[in-house]
Amino acid sequence: MIRGVKGSLLAAVSLAFAGCAASGTSAQSAGDKPAASAEKPVKFNKDPYPSTYHAYAGRPTAVRGVTIFDGEGGRIDNGVALFADGKVVSIGGPDTAIPAGYDVVDGTGKYLTPGVIDIHSHLGVYPSPSVDAHSDGNEATSPTTPEVWAEHSVWPQDPGFSRALANGGVTSLQILPGSANLIGGRSVVLKNVPARTVQGMKFPGAPYGMKMACGENPKRVYGSKGRMPSTRMGNFAVDRATWAKAAAYKKKLDEGKPVDRDLAMETLAGVLSGEILVQNHCYRADEMAQVIDMSHEFGYKVSAFHHAVEAYKIADVLAKEGICAAIWADWWGFKMEAYDSVPENIALVYKAGACTIVHSDDENQIQRLNQEAAKGLAAGRRMGMQISDEQAWTWLSYNPAKALGIADKTGSLKPGKMADVVLWNGNPFSVYTRPEKVWIDGALMFDATDPKRRPVSDFELGQPGEGDVK
Amino acid sequence: MMRALLLSAAALIAAPVAAQDVAITNARLVIGDGSAPIEGGTVVVRGGKIVAAGAGVAVPAGIERVDAGGHWVTPGIVAAFSRVGLVEVDAVQGSNDRSARRSRFSAGIDIAPALNPMGSPVAVNRAAGVTRAIVAPGDSSGLFAGQGAVVDLGDDNDMVTRPRALQFIEFGEGGSSNAGGSRAATFLMFREQLLAARSYARNPATLAEWGSDALIQRADADALVRVINGTTPLFVRVDRAADILNVLKLKGEFPALKLVLVGATEGWLVAREIAAAKVPVLVSPLSDLPASFERLGATQSNAGRLEAAGVDVSVGVFDDDDAHKMGYTTQYAGNLVALTKLPGASGLSWDQAFAAITSAPARAVGMDGTIGSLRAGRVGDVVIWDNDPLELGSRPTAVWIDGKRQSLVTRQDRLRDRYATPQEGALPKAYDR
Repeated sequence: MIRGVKGSLLAAVSLAFAGCAASGTSAQSAGDKPAASAEKPVKFNKDPYPSTYHAYAGRPTAVRGVTIFDGEGGRIDNGVALFADGKVVSIGGPDTAIPAGYDVVDGTGKYLTPGVIDIHSHLGVYPSPSVDAHSDGNEATSPTTPEVWAEHSVWPQDPGFSRALANGGVTSLQILPGSANLIGGRSVVLKNVPARTVQGMKFPGAPYGMKMACGENPKRVYGSKGRMPSTRMGNFAVDRATWAKAAAYKKKLDEGKPVDRDLAMETLAGVLSGEILVQNHCYRADEMAQVIDMSHEFGYKVSAFHHAVEAYKIADVLAKEGICAAIWADWWGFKMEAYDSVPENIALVYKAGACTIVHSDDENQIQRLNQEAAKGLAAGRRMGMQISDEQAWTWLSYNPAKALGIADKTGSLKPGKMADVVLWNGNPFSVYTRPEKVWIDGALMFDATDPKRRPVSDFELGQPGEGDVK
Repeated sequence: MMRALLLSAAALIAAPVAAQDVAITNARLVIGDGSAPIEGGTVVVRGGKIVAAGAGVAVPAGIERVDAGGHWVTPGIVAAFSRVGLVEVDAVQGSNDRSARRSRFSAGIDIAPALNPMGSPVAVNRAAGVTRAIVAPGDSSGLFAGQGAVVDLGDDNDMVTRPRALQFIEFGEGGSSNAGGSRAATFLMFREQLLAARSYARNPATLAEWGSDALIQRADADALVRVINGTTPLFVRVDRAADILNVLKLKGEFPALKLVLVGATEGWLVAREIAAAKVPVLVSPLSDLPASFERLGATQSNAGRLEAAGVDVSVGVFDDDDAHKMGYTTQYAGNLVALTKLPGASGLSWDQAFAAITSAPARAVGMDGTIGSLRAGRVGDVVIWDNDPLELGSRPTAVWIDGKRQSLVTRQDRLRDRYATPQEGALPKAYDR
């Protein structure tokens, strides 16, 4: 019950932004000086908190005799997967030659998949223990805060990261600000590898995202403070006024005119120029349709609608627009805009040809996104849809990678991509299955058979149950 | 418009049906008491009650026969700790009767009049195979939350199986905030309120003498008297190992208390003591994060370790949505079976796991003679599943409650069917039903 209330608030408030090393703009430190006086067009450093993540050492590894879902809808039975130097080398059938020097893992009766990618998490910004001192996910002091960056709130010692790894096979995740605000700020994409600093977890080269939110949460949070927005029309008015301002700011930038440095406008201009991806919390079908029009009005693109409970009502529109729907299997009823949830939502969206993602928004459900996908898959099959297990795995790795702008690097087992790989001790769509081994960039970061390959955060050190199976 | 609404409402609500006598044959039969499934089993229901279940059970002449086709047949799931029937939409205050934080009453609150058997959560949970639920109130303004009920999820107008079936209280962090700010205050407040109730029981006039100084209202005192004498089980939310030990000690001063622990996140650290006290435990078993400082030891192995120590463990879904998603009960139980394959982890066998979501919660609330298994004499709550009931894709294909065949159609099914093709047709979607 406590979780239901918290969940509904979080559901309303999630959006964050990820590291932006990918943009080609030259970096030049802006320092503290106002840029307005500059004669030349100012180039701001777009990556002032760069990733220091590095892959840990791995051994060339072959998993053989294993059922492989490649993450893009392909399947190999009795397959062989090879990875080395942090990258996928190849996947193939039983005849695939295993080069000398490879460690060989017997995958008989087991399944191998790309690591799970959760596009919607608040780990680190709403960490465990969930004490007030750790409540860093919503800058709920203004309805638009594009200037805040989730990475400045992430506590890397959140024990939730290790649970997502060990129980959920999660290898990458997007940490979003909450959904109290219409524009919540930038997200950050992380590799799920423990580090002393957030920079040490940042996914190298991932674009930033920007969290937006529709509906009940922003109007409730600000309406209750007696300020705009207090209605859905207020939501749109504030959004549009903000976009109009951003468009003017970007125009000045594009024309090389001097501008005062404005962190909020920098983020919004990044969205308008396509460098920053919009991750939009939005439940209701009619509101998603209006957001789509707003994105056309101001010339940006929504990468994914999150918590898209009513996506099934406009699945054709989402397919046509090329917008992903990130969905729970069966959360419903915790608030009015979650009332029309149906268990077939995932499958209906998939069948309409739209990009389908299973997401968590939750420190517990992130530990079993495979199970959530299995429920959505079963609901679709009960409707008579033909969806294979390997097709359904696209909801957990390739599609979220695509919506995060990292599908060229991870999300499937194509040669040359990051060796982010999970070996499951059975079919991952069975309730009786758990991760046995998880590799990130080819390094073995979790092994159910080896207690020494189980991360323990600083917070849990010396506490009851330290290093337990959890 | 009004006519359309009435019609669609009628389509959603099946007319109540009388209990039928029925024999379900050719079943992979699960009794629910922890015994292994029986192949080729039969269960016979007459007059709304189980008459017999097992292999080689004779089917009485003239009774309706349902061939289960070798599929799983089980007792209905018992939601061990929930708010089913108290909530339609959590964030819509008028539809949410979970808590009563501005009431002047506490222990005396009885949730029965707040239950809504027509609510869509009842139908959705029923379609997931949940036939009974232990329903507790949330917070009151005082230390005790009030009296919960055992309910059925049948599609009829009365869902109360046993009113005032439990009293609920939180110790630990939740309790201390209600008691004034510390655990010490919680234990003192608990003791003083029970002693006041005891004085009242001996001499009802004392309450009037106390006047505005009284710690409790008359209705609260009546309810607490039933707790002191063991008539009403006391469900206690408690998580920290040290708090659990202190709660167990309450039986020293109030020996007739029938304690049931709810949560017990760190129970595994004091499993021997809980077992020795013979106090049942309801766990939400997948809570494995140190969500607070009273849950530092959280692990999914809690249920398995408690069971191994001899504790009577039930599995529920309550550190999550506790009103809408009772269908998660089977999934959570299945996860405990998964742990038996994980090195170093403790889980439950399939048979134990299924008992933990049927007969064990029935026993915890003192009703295992009535609900929670297919043993003779229990209510006729029977489910036929399309597959292993703990597996993720499985669903009931038929459900009986009190021997009555149930509608499994939900509002969600109607929405799904309307939008199976999202495009509008010859007429708007509003005409499509």
